[in-house]
Amino acid sequence: MTRLSPSNGGLSRRSLLTAAGAAGLTISFMGSNADAAADLRGRKMVVIVCRGGMDGLSVSPPVGDPDYAGLRKAIAIPGDAALKLDGTFGLHPALESIHAMAGKGQARIAPAMASPDRARSHFEAQDVLETGAAGVYSTDSGWLNRAVQALRPDGKVQALSVGATAPLILRGKAQAASWSPGAAGEGSPRLPALLTDLYADDPLLAPAFAQGLRTEAMAETATMTASASTSPPAMSGGGVQAFVRQGQNAARGIGRTVAGFMIQPSGPQIVALSAEGFDTHANQGAAQGQLATRLAYLDALVDGLREGLGDSWSETVVVCATEFGRTARVNGTGGTDHGTGSTALLMGGALKSGGIVGDWPTLKANALYEGRDTAPTVDSRALFKGLLRDHMGVDRKALDTLVFPDSVGVAPITGLT
Amino acid sequence: MQAGGKCKEGRLAQGSKDQMAAIAVTRFGLGARPGELTEAAQDPRGWLAAQIVGRGADLGLADSTLSSERVKALRAYQMDRRDTRRAQKDKSGEEVMEAADPVIAARRLIRESASEDFLARARLAATTPAGFRERWALFWCNHFTVSGVKLVTATVVGPFEQEAIRPRVFGRFEDLLIASTAHPGLMLYLDQAQSVGPNSPAAKFLQRRAQARGRGGLNENLAREILELHTVGVAGGYSQEDVTEFARCLTGWSIGGQREPTKAGAFIFREAAHEPGARTVMGKRYGDTGVMQAASVMKDLAASPKTARHLCTKIARHFVSDTPPPTLVAALEKTWMETGGDLTRVALSLVNAPEAWSLEAQKFKTPYEHVVSSYRVIGGRPAAIEHLAVLTTLGQRPFSPPSPKGWPDEAAYWAAPDALIKRMTWVQQFSAVVAPERDPDAMARTALGARLSPTVARAVARAESRPEALSLLLMSPEFLRR
Repeated sequence: MTRLSPSNGGLSRRSLLTAAGAAGLTISFMGSNADAAADLRGRKMVVIVCRGGMDGLSVSPPVGDPDYAGLRKAIAIPGDAALKLDGTFGLHPALESIHAMAGKGQARIAPAMASPDRARSHFEAQDVLETGAAGVYSTDSGWLNRAVQALRPDGKVQALSVGATAPLILRGKAQAASWSPGAAGEGSPRLPALLTDLYADDPLLAPAFAQGLRTEAMAETATMTASASTSPPAMSGGGVQAFVRQGQNAARGIGRTVAGFMIQPSGPQIVALSAEGFDTHANQGAAQGQLATRLAYLDALVDGLREGLGDSWSETVVVCATEFGRTARVNGTGGTDHGTGSTALLMGGALKSGGIVGDWPTLKANALYEGRDTAPTVDSRALFKGLLRDHMGVDRKALDTLVFPDSVGVAPITGLT
Repeated sequence: MQAGGKCKEGRLAQGSKDQMAAIAVTRFGLGARPGELTEAAQDPRGWLAAQIVGRGADLGLADSTLSSERVKALRAYQMDRRDTRRAQKDKSGEEVMEAADPVIAARRLIRESASEDFLARARLAATTPAGFRERWALFWCNHFTVSGVKLVTATVVGPFEQEAIRPRVFGRFEDLLIASTAHPGLMLYLDQAQSVGPNSPAAKFLQRRAQARGRGGLNENLAREILELHTVGVAGGYSQEDVTEFARCLTGWSIGGQREPTKAGAFIFREAAHEPGARTVMGKRYGDTGVMQAASVMKDLAASPKTARHLCTKIARHFVSDTPPPTLVAALEKTWMETGGDLTRVALSLVNAPEAWSLEAQKFKTPYEHVVSSYRVIGGRPAAIEHLAVLTTLGQRPFSPPSPKGWPDEAAYWAAPDALIKRMTWVQQFSAVVAPERDPDAMARTALGARLSPTVARAVARAESRPEALSLLLMSPEFLRR
């Protein structure tokens, strides 16, 4: 009768955190860390996990690569629309703020990065990206958490995750605070659209759900104040431009609020955030469209961080990474499917200026991984190790064993900061 | 146990055991906990039949305080309140504040005891390996609704279900009817305790006392609801005079007061309040047998074919479809009449009815069923009453059905546009907390088994995060239904 025994499915502690987060900016940092802040000389690192498989070929379109336009067809970012980085690469037109940073040497791209595992399942690939392990299901804590442990085993370096629950990347022994911008920000932004699809043939649920969404959209518009307490609204068609603007404002607000935590004397030096909605199997769009909207939010979030950090921006590195890239070819539904290599974005005043990080494998037919994906030239662990060692001061031995287990052979990328 | 089960099962194609297991666990039961579908698949009908046990349903409450104790505490509170009100009239503000404290404390105690009872019941539902038994019990709890919307009943809903309903859900309907009616919970809810026969000695005594004028009359509420809701039904062919006559029979059925220490808070028959004389209810004459007069009426009501029709329709509607197949209702009715309302046999008849196993899931889950089945999917249970607050948001406030009719059972009531959006919001919050450490594809298989459609399986597999995957599963058309 083991099934009668109480299980660990209880929600108590975490959902109380959720409730506290939803009620406002209730947040507590464990311990005192005035001296820890001094140790790090104010250095800060923000990791944004872009969930769903962010399409690197749209984030930093290689418009100068001769095969790009042919592979991508209608969803290729046109050369004259891309925001120019160098002779080969541009940035997606929605990434205006990040492009402005690049102009000052404060943003770089790693256009062909991947985690060490070749899983094409979102869950497994996100696990690998976040645990820092070489394969799936090998550890249940996140590399960012273990980096915090390595920095200060006494627990005096502060970490913060944004969202009701800790993302895997920051889960583990080191105590991390969490803050949530409000209950509405918790869910998948795609859920309303996905459920609308699931209910399509359901005579009871389809009309009721559609009506419910319309009412909800009206209520959202009525109460939207573009403050930090609102999250990017779900994209459900209609009034798209207004929705995008509202979402950008909300994302910028979240960025500023998080930055506000970070610049406090005992604020967090390490922050993890999630951005969702990158699984663009259909109608992903090009210079405009579904993916452009998600990127506009991401751009606003990063710019909000920059604004909020003020002078501290010069001591900060922000890295955006995704679990995998997408197929090099457009698919039959105007989208792309799960792939391998993708773009990581590096931003921050602490960056050294420079070109792309890692080599560009090109999109030649024989250069594609398994004939379909951007071939990875950078192991994500190498990039993270480089940032943790040179920017945050984690020592190489801890990086090779504790933070990224069994990764002696993966050398940190040097010269990023 | 399974008369007829084998030959009917033979009519279903071989290899449908998995489908039957999914139906047994989700439609008859409360949703699958991990591994439950595999267990049921050995013998789906037998799995259900084994849950039908003479001792009745499980008792969920952690606190086994008798309802009589709760009623006594409530009475004490009411006296405190009366004293406080007098004090408010007589004295200055400062003293009133002091005097008010025990009242506030008592109210809090009432709320807390009700919350604990409800949490215990939800935990039982989330964890029991006998989901059919619990659903059957919940059906009868809702049939004999005691709602906690009144302060006087809030504290006794849990004990009422535990003492009157649960032990008898597989016994004879007649016993269930009489035990429920005689319980302080139902008497408080439907105003029976104060009902006094107009020609009884108690009425005459009260009439002589000036301050009691206007009190101490006949209350028809309980009698009417027994006829309309609990037995023959609104089309049962009774008249207003039948209601009044039955109410007169019931006079004297009451609750012991503080000065009746051995009976305080429990059923008592007050001879002095009982309307003297013979009564005629629905064409039948009942001699004045005191406490047995109302019981005799109830025995006849329980045996009425109209009650069988009313109740079997309601059972079929709850378990199978908002518009149940007439052949199913007829089969249940036949068993009911042949066995004199033996609920064990009626439950077996339901399990053995082919109509109950239709592949199409036609029942839309109530919020309570949806939340409970979500916890079952993850093999968990609600840790605190706060986690059930969502039921209020979703329109099913704990222990507070809107009327003596109980919670509605139709999809049209629960699948409203705003309710769906609110369910989605709850599902997202729930998934954000519980999904990260779980495998969504495995959860989809263990939750729905053969009922999992390829469309939903694909959507879950393609989700971009675990919380999104679990949200899709818990909001899928097949999970919202049973």
